Order: sequence, then C-alpha cells, then structure tokens
Amino acid sequence: MTAINRADFVRLGSLFAGSLVLGFGADGCANQSASTPETTGFKPNAWLIVHPDEKVTIFVNKSEMGQGVATGMPTIVADELDIPFSSVVLEFAPAADVYQGPGFNQQITGGSFSTPSLWMPLRTAGATARAILVAAAAKQWGVDSSTLTTKNGVVIDAKNNRTATYGSLAAAAASIPAPAKVTLKTPDQFTLIGKQNARIDTPLKVNGTAKYGIDVRVPGMKFASVLYPPVFGAKVRSFDATKAKQVPGVTDVVQIPSGVAVVATNSWAAFQGKAALEVAYDNGPFATQNTDSLKSRFLELAHSGEGSVVAVARGAKSVAGKQLEATYFGYPASHTQMEPMNATASVTDDGVEIWAPTQAQTKAQQYAAKIAGVAPEKVQVHTTYLGGAFGRRLYWDYTNDAVEVSKAIKAPVQVIWQREDDIQHDWYKPMAANRVSGVLDGNGSLVAMEHTVVMDSILLPLDQALTNGLDSVSMDSVMNTAYEIPNLHAYWVNPKSGVPAGSLRAPGANWNTFVMESFIDELAHTAGKDPLEFRLALLQKNPRAQTVLRTVAKNASWGSPAAGTKHGIALGFWNGTSVATVAEVSMNGSMPSVHRAFVVADVGRAVNPTIVLQQLEGATNYGLGMALWGLITIKDGAVQQHNFYDYKVLRIDEAPQVYAAMIESSGNPTGIGEPATVTIGPAVANAVFALNGKRARVLPFSEAYT
Amino acid sequence: MYLAVFGALPFGLPEVDVISITINGEKHDLDVPGEMPLLWAIRDVVGLTGTKFGCGASQCGCCTVHLEEAAVRSCVTPCSAADGKSVTTIEALGTPDQPHPLQAAWIAEEVPQCGYCQSGQLMAISALLKKNPHPTDADLADSITNICRCGTYGRIRKAVARATGGGQSS
Repeated sequence: MTAINRADFVRLGSLFAGSLVLGFGADGCANQSASTPETTGFKPNAWLIVHPDEKVTIFVNKSEMGQGVATGMPTIVADELDIPFSSVVLEFAPAADVYQGPGFNQQITGGSFSTPSLWMPLRTAGATARAILVAAAAKQWGVDSSTLTTKNGVVIDAKNNRTATYGSLAAAAASIPAPAKVTLKTPDQFTLIGKQNARIDTPLKVNGTAKYGIDVRVPGMKFASVLYPPVFGAKVRSFDATKAKQVPGVTDVVQIPSGVAVVATNSWAAFQGKAALEVAYDNGPFATQNTDSLKSRFLELAHSGEGSVVAVARGAKSVAGKQLEATYFGYPASHTQMEPMNATASVTDDGVEIWAPTQAQTKAQQYAAKIAGVAPEKVQVHTTYLGGAFGRRLYWDYTNDAVEVSKAIKAPVQVIWQREDDIQHDWYKPMAANRVSGVLDGNGSLVAMEHTVVMDSILLPLDQALTNGLDSVSMDSVMNTAYEIPNLHAYWVNPKSGVPAGSLRAPGANWNTFVMESFIDELAHTAGKDPLEFRLALLQKNPRAQTVLRTVAKNASWGSPAAGTKHGIALGFWNGTSVATVAEVSMNGSMPSVHRAFVVADVGRAVNPTIVLQQLEGATNYGLGMALWGLITIKDGAVQQHNFYDYKVLRIDEAPQVYAAMIESSGNPTGIGEPATVTIGPAVANAVFALNGKRARVLPFSEAYT
Repeated sequence: MYLAVFGALPFGLPEVDVISITINGEKHDLDVPGEMPLLWAIRDVVGLTGTKFGCGASQCGCCTVHLEEAAVRSCVTPCSAADGKSVTTIEALGTPDQPHPLQAAWIAEEVPQCGYCQSGQLMAISALLKKNPHPTDADLADSITNICRCGTYGRIRKAVARATGGGQSS
C-alpha cells in the first residue's frame, strides 16, 4: 500500500467530470479508483461513478463492521441503476458533509439505521443516474427517452434494435442535467434487492486481504501503544521512561492527554516499552469506588428515585389490583470487539490524515482538527474495514490518541491497543438498577406499570444533548414500550457513576428489555397465564409484533420443548424492528445451557436476506455471551478484568444452533444489526424459571444463579 | 556446535542474531529478538497482515498460523521457536484459482461478518482437518477455541460440514 496525497473530495464534486477520484478501496489500500485522470467518469451525485470500462464505483458512507452495509448499500444503488452486481466497485467514502445523515447531523454508523435511512436516498441516486444515462442515449440516437429501456448496464432501443452500454455513455451523460423527478422501480422490478445474497467482502475475508485499521501501513510510520491510568478519571503525574527507552525498537516516549505513549518500530516493542514504563498517577476521587459501593448506590437510587426525571406519565399513578414489584441489577459489560482499538494518523503542515476503523467519521475529524489546530476540512478520514465494533467505535478516544502521538513525533503512527486496554478502558454497557412494579386487574391483565431506571447517560458521552433532561437511549424499551399498558409511569435517574458509559449493541434496550421481558414473564406467571398469550394480549394494536411472536412460537414448537429442556420467550424492539426469541434451555450445574435458539424479526423488506439472517444469528450469540458472562467489576476505581481469560465470551462449544427467520411486512427495510441482541437474555432467563423456578434479577447469569 | 566444542565462538566469526523462517515458501532472514512473538514478525517485520492480533495471550486464536503442520497461536510463539522452520499464514492457505476447500465453503455458506477472526478460524480448522478429516460438531466444540465476536459459529459448523462432505450440522 502506498500513501497518496488525496485531493479534497468535497471540492472534487463540482469539477468531477474527467477528474481524478481517490478513495479508500475495498482492498483497504489507498488507491485510485478505476477512473484515471485521462478518462471521463460520470458522477451524477456523491454516491456513484459510472466508468467507461462499465465498472461503477459506489461510495459507502457507513462503516462495514460485519453488519453488511458494504454489500447492502451498493445493492440498493445498483438495482435502481440497473447494473449487474458484478459491476460494482466498492469504495468507502471519506469524511465529508455530503455523507452526513440523513437522520444524524454527522457521519456516523449506528442505531441499525443505515439501511432504513438511506433506502430512499440511495434508490433515488441510482434511479437518477439511470435516467441521465437513458437521456444521453436518447440524445445520441435522436429518440425520446420514453422509448428506451435498460437492463444489466445497457440502454436498449428495442424499436430500432440498438444498444449502448452505460460505460460508452458516461462521457456524454456528464453534460446532461439531472431530471427534476425520477421514477423508482416497483418492487416486482427489483433485480438485486431481496435477491442478492453474496456479500461483496466475503472473498476478501477468507483469504486475508481485507484491510482493517490495524493493517494500515503508511511509509515511514511507527507503532505506538499508550499506557492509560488504570483508575477512571486519573491523570499521569510523572513518569520515568529510562527503562522503556532501553527496549530495542523503542524510539520515543511522549506524554499525551490520555496517558503516556511508547513509540517503536514495531507493535511488540511498543508493548514491551509500555510495560517498562514507571508512572505515578493522580488518581482522583474515583479511586475510592468499587463495584459493591456503586451497586449499593444504584439500588438506593432505584428505590428513592432521588433526582429522577419523568420520562412517561400516562394515566393514573395509583391503580387497584394485584401488585407485583421487583428490582433488577445489571453489571457493566465490555464490547470486546475482535479487532483491538487502533488508529493511524499523520499530522503534517498540510493537515491531518487518519486511517481508522471508525463508526464516527465526523467526530474523528472534528476532534483531530482541534488537536492539530487546523480546520476540519484539513482532516481527511479514511475508513477501513472494522474488526467488529458493536458501538465501541462510535467514540474518538483512539483517533485522538493517534493524532496526538503523530503531532508529537512528527511522523505517521499507528496507535494500537492491547486487549487489556480494550477491556479496562471501554465505554461500557452501563451498570443499571431498575425498580419496576405492575398491577394486574381481576382478569389478570396488566393495567399499570411504574418503572425507575438508574443508568448513566449514554447520549452525553457521544456529544449528544439530552432533551428535557432525559436520556431517551438509557430509557429505551421502557419509555417507548410497545406493550399497551394504560397507566405507565417511567423515570430516569442519572447516577453519574464515573464509569465510562457507552453505546453497546442496542444500547439501553439491551438491558431494559431484559428487565421488561423478565418482569412481563413474572407477571404472566402471577396471572396464571401463558407467557406468549399474556404478551399477545398486550399488543392489540401491534399486528407486526403479534406476527413476530406467533411465528417464533410456531418455529420453536412453543409449549413442546425437547425432552429435558424448557422454553422461554421474549419480545424486543429496536428502531422499527420487532424481534422475538424462544430459547430452548437445560441446566448445566448452576448455569443455563442453550441448545437451540429460535429468532424471528420483522425487517420490513430484506435488501440482502442472507445478511439479515447473519445478523439475527450473530446478535443472538453476542447477546447470549453477554447475558451468561458479561461482567466488568471495579476495585479501587479500576476495572479488574484483563483479557479473555477473565472476561469470558461465547465460543463454539457453547454456541447454540440459531434458527433465524425473517418477516417482510412493510415494503421498507428496518434495521437489523442490533435487535436480536436484546431478546436472547430474557428468553433464557424465562426458560430457567420454567425449569427450576429461579428468577434471574441480575445480569450476567454467572452472578445471578450462584 | 561451536559452543559445545569450543565453549565460545571462534575468534573472528561475526556475531549474528538472525532468525531464519520460511513463510509461505519464502525464506526470511529476520533481524529480530528471538523472544519476539512470531505474530509481530509476520505482521510488522515481514508485512503480511492477514494474520490478526486479538489478545496477545493465546486466548482468542485470531493469530493462528501453521508452524510446520500444526496450528499455533503466533502471539505467544517466540520467533526462536520457528527458527529454521516453515510457517504458513492465511495468505497461502489457498490461491485465488485453488482456494482451500474450507475457504470455498466459507464463501458458499457466507460465514464471515466482520471477518477479523476468520483467518485464525480457517488456519485452526484447516490444521484440525489434517488430523481429523471429517470433524463432527462435537469435534469442533472440543478442538476449536477461536473466538468470533460476531457469533458466526453456526455457519462455521455448516461450512466445515460442507467442505468435508459431512452432514453433521444439525
């Protein structure tokens, strides 16, 4: 790979025809796209370029972290453009204003929002390009556009028995204005949407050629690793780098705001140097904290409601009937995405260049600009493949560090985290305590719920403001529950714990759904009702959720679990997607063993059916591992876990066979990257209750069933 | 031998600290400390980045390569242990024209999501196949401890069954 000084992509937009376009290709190399300076490509918008060689570059402004956007987005564009998928050349878009939103005021990948939010813009982009290419052919042939059709990247004049390829029309198309209005395909005309199943990145990911952030190589670059103060909020007071500098390969030791960076000619030398550092810290107030003190405070707040903000106040507060109350507690959990955090940066007099596996291009750009003292436009952000993310890469701590170190040593540098850094300096799934009560009427129907959630703000660390003092993400699946509860009162308490609270796959919802679905199960058993029927009765106005529940029940043969097992069921929602899981569980000592998991989601419409199923399967396994063992504890202000030997995750020996299915109901796709994370935990807990009457009111299960 | 016979290097012979490793058929004379983990020699010195860093503690298997015939975790295998030996990485598991049967099956079953662990999965399971050409799901559970945070385990089972002609995936 060679580093190329890249022109500012935004400025290129206006002078594109016949000009050079550079980007970060699917092979991860800084490369020049198929278009060369001498050839004329047709670039009707920010999303695509039709090249004379019939290849079509499609720009993906979302980060590919396994969820499939690098395949799904081009599929949508290519379908409306009417080209075969084999013509697509994937290019990850640079950070630029044109790639922000929709739905966000920044370039960001999250919320399972990529496909739903870009569905219409991408279709429109493809259809517009197609209309212009048709107009170019019509002009060339002197016929009306309406007499022409397209197929597989070719404009067809059936009446006069002639054709023209898109590539041959690219130069002419560049001078034809876009139509004011375009006609989109009707679903029956789709050639790729719902039919394309192969992922564009699979071949690269089985032969080692897919380039992740950690694989970026820039001429003259060094490798650095940063020693972060173990205690949250602590600062470096002083350090002695004598021994670190004696490690062969170590070239520099520099202090940056987050810690002390050891720079070397290779990653291992940087790690060795880091281990040899002698550092004194100013630990600050959090050093007195431990898990038990935090837990006590959270539980107190859940009961006192001190400082609470009203999230929902619907109906009466005091309702007659049979009352049930429970308190749930969740420990923090870590993302443990597979690729350790890393970023590569080069700070020069001309500006900043960043190569990173990031979900947050705009934030990386903005903060890098501040550090380097340049305008954001002087910061180029190249997004690589992401070796997992799950929300961890929505932050910019790691890109900041790369920029800081490069600025200090005046050379390109890759800052690479060790697994211990990842686990001890995460933006965690927050600790939480929920107090929830429900009232059943004489018919055993849920008529009232009161629910207090104590959870750190998830939005604030993302630089997002709260609305009316309320964090709607920390309250997700409580304040917006789909259950039709006539009297609902919900409160949020921000405990400001001092533990970095983060966005982890279906943030807020992953914990709150565990509470809601466990408690609904408690209520169903108290009412003497079948947990499936009890839920269906609370979803009279939600036929999509009903169908999801009925389908998963059918797939799992609800009510007839395999011998020696029991079933548990749970329903969840995430940004427009309804999802339900039935877990088939037996006990293995004190811990549940999941034999099979059945999961069904209503995805509206599947752009790529295989990817939808992959996400349902994968999120189920991710959620299961976290529910079983996802445990971060704190002693004297520091995280006690280090690596996969003391932070356990799911491996193949304990992975159930996941039977995933989808329902297409609405015509428009909904998000799929996160939803199935939320339902497996409560489904397992509810199955355990059916097995032995033990109710898990704590996550993970390793802390609940002991 | 010199040390054993003479107790010291003969006068005049230059001291050399070169480790010779044949990686994917190509001999590399590496000027690295013998205790440097093979992973970093492969990635940062030789420049083959298909082998991944995941934990540095032999926990996750992202760094799995073949040392001679056996799968090893290169993040804890010192270069000295590979001196004079042959190492195979994901880059040489197959070729574009002749992918390893597991690579073909991985594509057919659409196994990878983020893909970061898959080099290690493929190297670990391809080594297993040399000893056990038809592993069952239970064999995979017993032998393969590589972590996949995307949770592709079900598709890994299916792909292995496809590649080995087995029907063990339920």
